[in-house]
Amino acid sequence: MPTHPILEYLWIIPLLPLLGSATNGFFGAKWPNKYVNIVAIGSTGLSFLLALEAVREFFDSGQVLLRREFFTWIAAGNFRAGFDLQMDQLTVVMVLVVTGVGWLIHIYATGYMAHESGYYRFFSYLNLFMFFMLILVLAANYVLLFVGWEGVGLSSYLLIGFYFLKKSASDAGKKAFIVNRIGDFGFMLGMFLLFRTFHTLDFTALFEKAGPWPPEAMGQLGTFTIACLLLFMGACGKSAQLPLYVWLPDAMEGPTPVSALIHAATMVTAGVYVVARSHILFMHAPTAMLVVAIVGCATAFFAATIGLVQTDIKRVLAYSTVSQLGYMFLACGVGAFSAGIFHLMTHAFFKALLFLAAGSVIHAMGGEQDMNRMGGLSKKIRWTYITMLMATLAIAGAPGFSGFFSKDAILLAASGNYLLYGFGLLTALLTSFYMFRLIFLTFHGKQRFDEHKIHVHESPRSMLAPLVILAVLSVVGGWMAAPEFWGGENHFEKFLEPAFANASEHVTQIPVDPSTRTGKFLIAFGEGMGSALLKILWTYAAIAIGVALVGFLVAYWLYLRRPEKADGLAKSMALAYRTLLNKYYVDELYGAVVVRPLVWISTNVLWKVVDVAGIDATVNGIAGGTTAVGDGVRHTQSGNTRSYAVWVVVGALVILAVIFFWPSQMKPVVGMVR
Amino acid sequence: MVPTNYYVILSAILFGLGVFAFIFKRNIITIFMSIELMLNAVNLAFVAFSQALGKLDGQVFVLFVIVVAAAEAAVGLGIIILIARNRQTLNVERVDLLKL
Repeated sequence: MPTHPILEYLWIIPLLPLLGSATNGFFGAKWPNKYVNIVAIGSTGLSFLLALEAVREFFDSGQVLLRREFFTWIAAGNFRAGFDLQMDQLTVVMVLVVTGVGWLIHIYATGYMAHESGYYRFFSYLNLFMFFMLILVLAANYVLLFVGWEGVGLSSYLLIGFYFLKKSASDAGKKAFIVNRIGDFGFMLGMFLLFRTFHTLDFTALFEKAGPWPPEAMGQLGTFTIACLLLFMGACGKSAQLPLYVWLPDAMEGPTPVSALIHAATMVTAGVYVVARSHILFMHAPTAMLVVAIVGCATAFFAATIGLVQTDIKRVLAYSTVSQLGYMFLACGVGAFSAGIFHLMTHAFFKALLFLAAGSVIHAMGGEQDMNRMGGLSKKIRWTYITMLMATLAIAGAPGFSGFFSKDAILLAASGNYLLYGFGLLTALLTSFYMFRLIFLTFHGKQRFDEHKIHVHESPRSMLAPLVILAVLSVVGGWMAAPEFWGGENHFEKFLEPAFANASEHVTQIPVDPSTRTGKFLIAFGEGMGSALLKILWTYAAIAIGVALVGFLVAYWLYLRRPEKADGLAKSMALAYRTLLNKYYVDELYGAVVVRPLVWISTNVLWKVVDVAGIDATVNGIAGGTTAVGDGVRHTQSGNTRSYAVWVVVGALVILAVIFFWPSQMKPVVGMVR
Repeated sequence: MVPTNYYVILSAILFGLGVFAFIFKRNIITIFMSIELMLNAVNLAFVAFSQALGKLDGQVFVLFVIVVAAAEAAVGLGIIILIARNRQTLNVERVDLLKL
């Protein structure tokens, strides 16, 4: 018995959900829901417990990078891709988030999906997702990571299109798959480039080789920059960043637990994980880092503006997810990888909670998703309301809640660049506004639905329990990284430090030089808070809180005090409102610029020219030619015995002629006759 | 001694006659006889070369050919009798059921 059994057999953590998926997939069709539940929740729950045990053993073993090669998967020349799993601090966070949140959402789904057909199919897909996601975060090389990467894409496709009879759902599934494929193309090119340069795709070996290289200059398009940009292209697809974010809002066609698990808490953070995992490469490519920061910041702001006016409760959350993912990339882009991963974790808590609570609202409203037809629900579904309010406070950045700490850490890290910081702050304001708008429209104000038609009811316990657990996590989840000025200690960053050893020195510790004018202002503002650094940090926190408060007040004024004002505002800024409501017409733009030309080329060139005139014509031509030749030759088969005799004679004469008149080779035969 | 050439030429003439008759005669019996003629023309060539080269191989071959010819005659005549019985004719041009 090894001292650390689970670490030695790490593969069992991803294997359990796979077994659950296979069991439900093959046998679940004829089972009652109860058995499906046992298999699905049992396998993921056991996986979660084993993950906890593995983390305990990881701490026990002294927190060193642990790597196990289980078998070689691909070997060609000097290329080796193995089923190698690894455990380090980053993996610890990801594994716990994936299995923990995943398990809670499995439990929730047993309540939410109880009356749906295809129950076993749903859980089989959900478990399959867990398997691939765990492979993704446990993989010790890019190739195995890519297996998980593609696998979660597949399960995402299957689950978005779960209601496959609905055209919009199956279209959304296809859209997600195709848009992701564009990103994956870049990801693969990035892998090829890395292999060409370093002759390995194994994390440990690759980063060891890459480490001593000198960093590239800003603006230099070297190997690192190009490889990182290509990897980031894959991350953009998976994590829904500009310009590949378009699939995520449509992915809300899937059942709500899927939106919570895959399209908010775990899968979409895979891109952030990859960037954080490859931070050594990114540290060598400042240009790529800047691109990551700008794309992240732009996406955060862009998606938040769209979220302002959406009326579908899940769509608001979808754009909010895109926006928050932008924050994470912003953090990675400015070198604060641990802040990015921290926000990933807190976001997993409160965004999963928001989606699950939204699902509970939809459940209570009998399938209604339009916030314009809700209102005044706070009394009727109290538990859902309270938990959702907790999550909203967290995402809006109310002091003390988890989102406050993580967002504050990101904004602090970005404060070196005023443009990034400014847009980050603005996004925080918008976030606070649209989240409270959602709360007010849904839970407060007048009822805008017919109570006789819709029987509003609180959800079953199996749905409420995960809500409560996640609400607790959303509230207290931030304290493990409470910055020092808040009286705590940043345990989280300390914990992740070994994983980001090279990165931490790049993050500026003091964002502002106290001697400058800005610095003096910041110190003056934070008067009475101890040392100069603490004053500055306090000021930044105060600014963030103030901004969130402004967002809250605007939402309060527009949607509670003066509900008629909101419509008036929309009318007075009709152009802006319509643009936002139609999501900047990006889908239409892509349709006109990419999809329609592609369809046109496919129809008129690939189909009508290449396929019909080229491939089909060749095949048909061969068949037609054979028929024609046969038609001609069959007349020799006259059935007339004497004509056969003539052919025999002609043949004999030809052979004789060849023997006698062929230039050289046949001479020996003739010689033998003599 | 008669030169080998003469035998070979005679053999060729006989063979040619056989081919000619095989192609142009309509009566199955006649065609059958022309086959025999060709076989015997070849036999003649075999014997002639056997004589000229002083080896017995050719004569052995002739014996084989005679045996095969006898067997073939038995089968062939059997077929001819059947055709004659079934179709009341020996004209080969009217035996064309295989024609398209």
